[in-house]
Formats: sequence, structure tokens, C-alpha cells
Amino acid sequence: MTRAAALANHLPVIDVESAPFWAGTRQQKFLIRHCNTCGRSHFYPRHACPHCWSENCEWRPSSGRGRVYSYTVVHHNEVLPFREMLPYIVALIDLDEGVRVTANILEGTPEVMHVGMPVEVVYERITEEVTLPQFRPRAQT
Amino acid sequence: MSVEPRICIVGVGESDCGHVPDKSALQLHQQAAQAALKDAGLTKDDVDGLFSCGDDWTHALQLAEYLALHPSYVDSTQIGGASWELFVAHAVAALRAGMCNVALLVYGSTARADFRRRRLRDYTPLPHGPAQFEASYGLTLVGKYALAARRHMHEYGTTRRQLAAVAVAMNQWAQMNPRAFHYGKPLTVEAALKSRMIADPLRQADCCLRTDGGGAVILTTAERARDLRTKPVEVLGTGAALSHLHMAQWADMTDLVAAQSGRRALEQAGVTPKDVDVLQVYDAFTILVLLTLEALGFCGRGESGSLAESGALGPGGALPTNTDGGGLACNQPGMRGVFLLVEAVLQLRGECGPRQVPNAHVALCNGTGGYLSSCATVVLGA
Repeated sequence: MTRAAALANHLPVIDVESAPFWAGTRQQKFLIRHCNTCGRSHFYPRHACPHCWSENCEWRPSSGRGRVYSYTVVHHNEVLPFREMLPYIVALIDLDEGVRVTANILEGTPEVMHVGMPVEVVYERITEEVTLPQFRPRAQT
Repeated sequence: MSVEPRICIVGVGESDCGHVPDKSALQLHQQAAQAALKDAGLTKDDVDGLFSCGDDWTHALQLAEYLALHPSYVDSTQIGGASWELFVAHAVAALRAGMCNVALLVYGSTARADFRRRRLRDYTPLPHGPAQFEASYGLTLVGKYALAARRHMHEYGTTRRQLAAVAVAMNQWAQMNPRAFHYGKPLTVEAALKSRMIADPLRQADCCLRTDGGGAVILTTAERARDLRTKPVEVLGTGAALSHLHMAQWADMTDLVAAQSGRRALEQAGVTPKDVDVLQVYDAFTILVLLTLEALGFCGRGESGSLAESGALGPGGALPTNTDGGGLACNQPGMRGVFLLVEAVLQLRGECGPRQVPNAHVALCNGTGGYLSSCATVVLGA
């Protein structure tokens, strides 16, 4: 089974608020919302800034680089397709722009994982519509 | 200054708990409510306030219909396992305002039987709305708590052995409670550390049970309580707070919102953690107990692991915690907040037999719901 078919029930249902983000990942860009009123960024994307409720927000490309805030190695999940991927890593990543993102760590083994580990985004094309942002370890700079 | 009427818990009860394949969830609600009303010396006709929640919006309607109750006041707020501690706060306000006279808080679930019949599936978030940024990555329920555990280990050097010590303490209490699911099944730290890995760093022994069961609590005014048969247990203080739904939205994963709900409840009660004789906290996973101890101020940030390892939480310890065995060793039908209240009341009434904490006058219950998302705290006294 293809990864697209296996993940079918777990793929993002793209909506009016999220469409620009997923358009970005299709073009290998990780877009985040930036508030021109309070100067803070946020993720997941909302129309208005969650910090100050200003509607004066814009999409900005992120560097796609960050560090692992925390992670888990999942050893038990009866739900397909995850059951067939065990064990796999799920991490929370703090991007350099100050927002936190959930993703798998690809190309990383449990042994090398640690909190604070530098990572960078990679794009996993699943379907024509959905390209998932994922992360992989990067060399310390 | 007018004196607000004092509000008391006057009855508690439980349904059959554990493995109950022969009863429906509504039946467990009825059984628990009946037991609590009998305990209080009241009948269903006295109940005019109904506080309960379940999986969907029809819950309160279905429950009232099934029980043939016609409440003048209803609350079906659903914030996960903390809902029953929140209901205490709301019931106190409703009783004080005269919007009802006898409040019934009731819960029932056949989570274990449903899972075994495959009617309940493993937890999977639907990829709609904000969940679309989490749903594709296979982050399980246990995985969510594992993220918090990993961060606490990183920041404070908390160990797997310290997490296991929490599970062992709850299990020790369960050995003194014949109603506990793990009664007669003692657990050692070594065995806990060898149990199956679920979501690293959390092993099977770090995870709560999945049982069937129901519980109920009756509240009324102190004035009304005087005519009833049980020793009233007064609600001294309450508090509630919300944090996040999705894990990436929780800024500091070592800072549980029990810090806010607990501070409000303790301030209202006019007590400090030192005054608490018995503690009942939500323990869906061992890490939650550690985070709760720190948030409520029973120890400093980062000190909960060594506190648990010292044996303080178990029988004979300085901070008796989850004296029924908790969700880790007694029962956990999905949202077990009501059982924290039941056990605290039994302790304050001195009715706990071999597991009775001597001279228990002040109890604190802290419910947590969702994925460390919501907390509600209740301080009780007798």
C-alpha cells in the first residue's frame, strides 16, 4: 500500500484558514503567520493573531530550522498505518522564529535523539494536495 | 458582610467497577447515583440539580430521561476527567444561589467492556481544524504524556525509576482496597521498569487502567445536611483553569495549570499544602502525578521525582496520595474525576478501614482532563 493510501484517514482536511500553509508546503516552503501589530509569530495558522487578536497578520516563510523541545518514541499504536511503522519518533520542534511544530523525525534513530537537537524541515509529498512537513537532524552550526 | 451558605458533600457512591461486561453505561450511572442517595438518606425525588457529562451533547438529556429526573438546574460541561471537580465548583455556586437544593454529580462508563467488544477504538484524532497539524504524525494518547515526561526528565533529571515509584505507591494503596482492580497484584519498581514500552519514556506500568465503573456525589447546603445521616464534608475551596488542547500549544510542558486552579482553591479554603492530610490527584500517567505535586506546591519545581522516590505518596508516607489506588491501580473508566471526590470523602469520614489515613481533616482533589489540558481543584474539610 502506498503511504498516501495508508495515511488516507489521517491526512489534513485543508480548510480556508489552512489552505495557504499547505500551498506553501507543496512548494517546499514552511509558512508561518506573523502579526504586524504585536510583532509575534504563531503556529498553527489563525486568521487573527492569538496573542493580541489583531487581524493585521501576514504569511512569512520560516527558515525551517529549529530544535527539538521534546520527543517520544512510539512503540505501541494499534491504528493503521502507524502500527506498521513502529517504532517511530514524534517530536515537538521549536523553530528559530519562535513557534512550535509537531512532526516525525525522519532519518533519525532513537539513539541519536535528544532534547535540544538541531533539526531542519524536509517535505514529504503524500498526495497531489498534501505535502507534509517532516524534520531530520542537521549538523550543529 | 453577608455570610455565604456553606456547602457540603452528604453522600457518595460507586457502581460495580472493574470488569463489568453485564451492565450498560447508563445502568452504572443509575447504580452509582442510587448508592450515593442511599448513603445520604435521600431519594431521587430530592434531586433537582444534575451534573454529568459524556461523549456528546445528548448526554445530559439521555441521562435525565433514563433516570426520569426533571432537574431545575443542569450542567454538562465537558473538560475531560477534571469535569467532576469543575462540577463541584458549579454546584456550590448553584446551591448558594438557590438554583437547586440537592445536586447530583454522576458518572458511568463501560470503557473496558466497549474496548473488548471493539466498540471503542484506540484514540485517533480526526484531521480537521487545528488537529490537521498533528493528526498525520501518529501521536498517541500515551505519546502526548510521554512528551511531557521527556521534557521533565530533560529539565530536572527526573528518572524512569522515579516515575515507577509513583506507580508502585498507587499499587501499594490498592493492596489495601479490595475494590481496586490491582488488589492482590503487587508491583515492584523492578517489575515496573521491565513492563512493556508504550511510548518512550512511558511503559505499561506508567499508564492507567482501562476499567468499567461509575461514581456519584451528592451536595447540599450545610443547613440541609444537619438533618441527614452522614457526617457532612464541607467544600472549602474550588478552582479551575484551562491550558491547551494540542501539545504544541503548551508553552512550558513542566507547568501544569493546577498551579492556577490549586492556588485559587487553597486561597479560598484558607489552607496551604502543609495543611492537606490526604491528596487525591488525577493519575492517568505517572508523569501527571509528578507535575501535579509541583504545580500544587507540595514540593518545588523539579523536586517531585525525589519526593515520590522517598515513599512519601504511599501508605505510611508524609503525603498519602490516591489512597484508593488511583487510576493506576484502582479503576479508570475514562474520566475518573468523580472517584477522587468519593475517596476523599470516605477518608474525611474515617470510613476507609485498613487504608484509613489517621486524623484526616483536610483533603485536596485535583482533576486533570484531556492531554494535561485542564485542571480543577477542590479542597474539602471535615
